[in-house]
Amino acid sequence: MSAAPAIAAKPVDREKGNAFPVTVVCLCILLAWYIAAIPMNWVIAGPKIEAAGGGLANVLAFSWNEARPVIPAPHQIARELWKSIFTVAPWMPKSLIYHGWVTLSSTLLGFVLGSLLGIALAIAIVHSKFLSKSLMPWIIASQTIPILAIAPMVIVVLGSVGFTGLVPKSLISMYLCFFPVTIGMVKGLTSPEAMQLDLMRTYHASTSQVLWKLRFPASVPFLFASLKVAVAIALTGAIVGELPTGAIAGIGARLLQGSYYGQTVQIWAALFMGSFLAAALVWLVGVLERVTLKRMGVRP
Amino acid sequence: MSTWRISDILYPVLFGIGVLILWEAVVRGFGVPAVLLPAPSAIWAKFITSLPILWIDFWQTVVRAVIPGWIIGSAAGFLVALLCDRIPFLKRGLLPLGNLVAALPIVGVAPILVMWFGFDWPSKAAMVVVMTFFPMLINAVAGLQASGHLERDLMRSYGASWWRTLVKLRLPAAMPFIFNALKINSTLAMIGAIVAEFFGTPIVGMGFRISTEVGRLGLDMVWAGIAVAAITGSAFYGLLVFLERRVTFWHPSYRQ
Repeated sequence: MSAAPAIAAKPVDREKGNAFPVTVVCLCILLAWYIAAIPMNWVIAGPKIEAAGGGLANVLAFSWNEARPVIPAPHQIARELWKSIFTVAPWMPKSLIYHGWVTLSSTLLGFVLGSLLGIALAIAIVHSKFLSKSLMPWIIASQTIPILAIAPMVIVVLGSVGFTGLVPKSLISMYLCFFPVTIGMVKGLTSPEAMQLDLMRTYHASTSQVLWKLRFPASVPFLFASLKVAVAIALTGAIVGELPTGAIAGIGARLLQGSYYGQTVQIWAALFMGSFLAAALVWLVGVLERVTLKRMGVRP
Repeated sequence: MSTWRISDILYPVLFGIGVLILWEAVVRGFGVPAVLLPAPSAIWAKFITSLPILWIDFWQTVVRAVIPGWIIGSAAGFLVALLCDRIPFLKRGLLPLGNLVAALPIVGVAPILVMWFGFDWPSKAAMVVVMTFFPMLINAVAGLQASGHLERDLMRSYGASWWRTLVKLRLPAAMPFIFNALKINSTLAMIGAIVAEFFGTPIVGMGFRISTEVGRLGLDMVWAGIAVAAITGSAFYGLLVFLERRVTFWHPSYRQ
């Protein structure tokens, strides 16, 4: 198995406030973005700028306000986000809230199913030597199949059997989700030391008692680390799962529509919406982690 | 080094063969139409007869997009991690962002990259670079912090320079993390290249093959493509595991 401790590295320690450096880096990125937009949009904006007589004011006015730019300026994305979140009723297909909700619902279903499957597999693997030898290599191999790449096929095939809408997309999320949870939970469930296991044996604890009273509590930190990874890829899975559905609803559909019609601003807005969702989900799992660990008496 | 036992290989192989037999039996027994799920034997037949096409797709996707992108993305992530290590301010600013970005659905930038770099392999390679950069950055930064205080103090007492400490102590200590990122990246790279092909491609490539054959309901060809992707991905991963064992043989997880 992999030698490194967890699927994802530990989050950065919050000893000192990172707010200032993060703000500086963000501002640098924004600045670089605005500057890069000028040469990148030159193909489109160039002729208009020359027609308008050139000059810095015209360069800025045109390169940062194209309707279909090569790269939209950040304020254009912000405006599009504002327009499609706050000025449209949330149940209209023009609203990003609507698309976000479609994606979110299949993400959450897939995440819950995948996590449960992952935990169940890990428990089975920890308790059976045969399973750990025979199943584990295949679980790893299962992830080398680029499921995101065959997601369209899964959707189309399930669609032809009559499964449409939420379930097929969730299945893809689930398939992506279970892997980090299984790996993390196997590590977590086997993390109690031999001493502790021996102690349980001296108590004459049954296998299920060892599981519930020792292994499971010991695995909680690993579980949450895995869940953070899992929820993020569940969202990715849901988005890719929406690509082949004929671009009806969801963040992925929005991306595809945007790329068909060359609506760059729309693509970027959908991308940001997806990013907000991902950040919110990971944050939520993090909050849950802190609350759980606190109640379990783990000192931060 | 850990010793290989026969059961390490035998069990998974038996399990795999069992799954294949079950699959074949279910397909034949229940008469599942080939449009839904072709039998392994049918996929094998298709695989053998369409080797030339599969090879061209493999070349376009893996050799031209996945491998260069994987190398560039991982190397860039590693270099930025080194830079972060030298400039703490950059680390404090960039790492929270990197953690955030690593959780984002990065595949979403595929349509943008296809728009920027064209339909052919450069846009796919760019996609792979973007996808592999952040996992390597985060893991490499964590890895560079992995060496213990005692060892670092020892290096200081030897009067070792930053570079010597890096090469002799901190890089070896970071290797498990770096390999972890390389392994994550190997699967991400395959995904990135194939998904990017959904958004526009010349008429070759594994993603293109899969999406067009799905449209034509040629599921045996789709599965042949998946088989190529799975074999490639597993071989890629296996190679990295082998290298990892060679490089980080000292790590506790390989002790018997």
